[in-house]
Amino acid sequence: MTARARLAAFLPPLLPLIFSIGLAETAVRLQWVPSYLIPAPSEVFRSLLDDRIELGAAAWETLSSALVGLLLSFLAGTLFSVALSSSDLARRAFYPYAVFFQTVPIISIAPLLVIWFGFGRPTVIASAAIVSVFPIIASTLLGLKSTEPALLDLFKLYSATGRQTLWMLRIPFALPQIFSGLRIASGLAVVGAIVGEFIGGGGLGSVVDSARTQQRIDRVFAAVLISSILGLVLVGAVNFVSALSLGHWHASERKPS
Amino acid sequence: MNSTPQPVESASGAAIACENISRSFAGPGVVLDRISFQVKPGEFVALLGPSGSGKSSLLRLVAGLDSADGGRLAIDAAGGALARGFVFQEPTLMPWRSVLRNTTLPLELAGWTRADAQTRAREELRRVRLAEFAGAYPHELSGGMKMRASVARALTTRPNLLLLDEPFAALDEPTRHGLQMQLREIWSALRMTVLFVTHSVTEAVFLADRIIVLSHRPGRIVADERIALAPVRFTDLRTSVEYLNEVRRIGAAMPAAEEAP
Repeated sequence: MTARARLAAFLPPLLPLIFSIGLAETAVRLQWVPSYLIPAPSEVFRSLLDDRIELGAAAWETLSSALVGLLLSFLAGTLFSVALSSSDLARRAFYPYAVFFQTVPIISIAPLLVIWFGFGRPTVIASAAIVSVFPIIASTLLGLKSTEPALLDLFKLYSATGRQTLWMLRIPFALPQIFSGLRIASGLAVVGAIVGEFIGGGGLGSVVDSARTQQRIDRVFAAVLISSILGLVLVGAVNFVSALSLGHWHASERKPS
Repeated sequence: MNSTPQPVESASGAAIACENISRSFAGPGVVLDRISFQVKPGEFVALLGPSGSGKSSLLRLVAGLDSADGGRLAIDAAGGALARGFVFQEPTLMPWRSVLRNTTLPLELAGWTRADAQTRAREELRRVRLAEFAGAYPHELSGGMKMRASVARALTTRPNLLLLDEPFAALDEPTRHGLQMQLREIWSALRMTVLFVTHSVTEAVFLADRIIVLSHRPGRIVADERIALAPVRFTDLRTSVEYLNEVRRIGAAMPAAEEAP
């Protein structure tokens, strides 16, 4: 990429950001809006600098809980999808409950998680896993059910076992869908972890909650900013693994030649 | 392209005996109606018919991908184990595997070690003149090359019965002609039994020694003809009088195109 092309790629999304930061700073300095509603961007930046050790530790705690939750939901979701895709009866029996499960708002069951798992990590991890499991199930199931019929015929022709068909055909064929589910799930896992932390304690969720009670709106904004960066980091990590494993064959990851 | 006959590497073709085979499907109804024919070991037979004549359904029955509603189908591999190779209408390659790894697939499924499977696969890739592309991925190949990879994959198990379902229909003419010559050469070298499904009279006459013609749905056998052409088929044959006469003769046996409703 030339410098010019790079500028053309990054400038359009950068301009609104620079503009809104400038506008917020001006609005607060000129007292168009009270600073207890919207902090001056410079205040947020100062808070990021001053509290960097505390914020960094909280961010790490949230990120690691989100990661463990995502890993759990990936394992459970994939196993569940493989089981459902192997039997029509199982799919008809259990899939509606997976959909129903997804419609239950996490914020309403978070108190239940505290009752079951107590305050701290286990609740946060469970919350991250519950929020992120459905996109994994939905995409993986779609991928496993859409194997090309001619390829299934090919495996049947050579008397492939169910296990061979699963590992050598159906899972590789479903990989693009599995990754797209994982991409959505990775953003949601951070959301789930922070919701879990509001109630179960720890991490950025607690930072936001305590800064709110202390009316430190600059700290709230700093924590929110970091949590969205965490989501981006997780999505970026999934994109990286996806490019590594699909780059040599799937159109979605192939570089234009 | 050079088409000197090569030495026969194996002479184990399977025999097919098909008696009163019928097959119906929920939508189209009766697709195959009491089909009976026999194929001798090592014969190259074309199943010719208009679209909807059930020729692909018949091929799937012989492949064991489907079972008949009635009748008897026996395939005898002359004492040895039956090995079927199938070439689909589409190349049906796995996009995440290289050409070599696509070709080794039937052997991997049969439990061969990777090294042995790759040695055999390279041999078959050489046979279809695709050896230099062993490491390429399907999306890097042309349509004709993909089809050659698909043929190589079907050959890796050294089939005594090779089934092909309109494999060259989607290719441009020069590529199609080249692949027809190659297939005929491969058959001359290996002498397996071949069942080749096509709706093209010229393709059937160029390739086969015998042509079974099916009618419109429900498919019935309307003709079973031997082709009186020399066993080695050169490009020049396509413009020769005897070839064109055979095309005319078989074309006359082919059911006329159905009027659109």
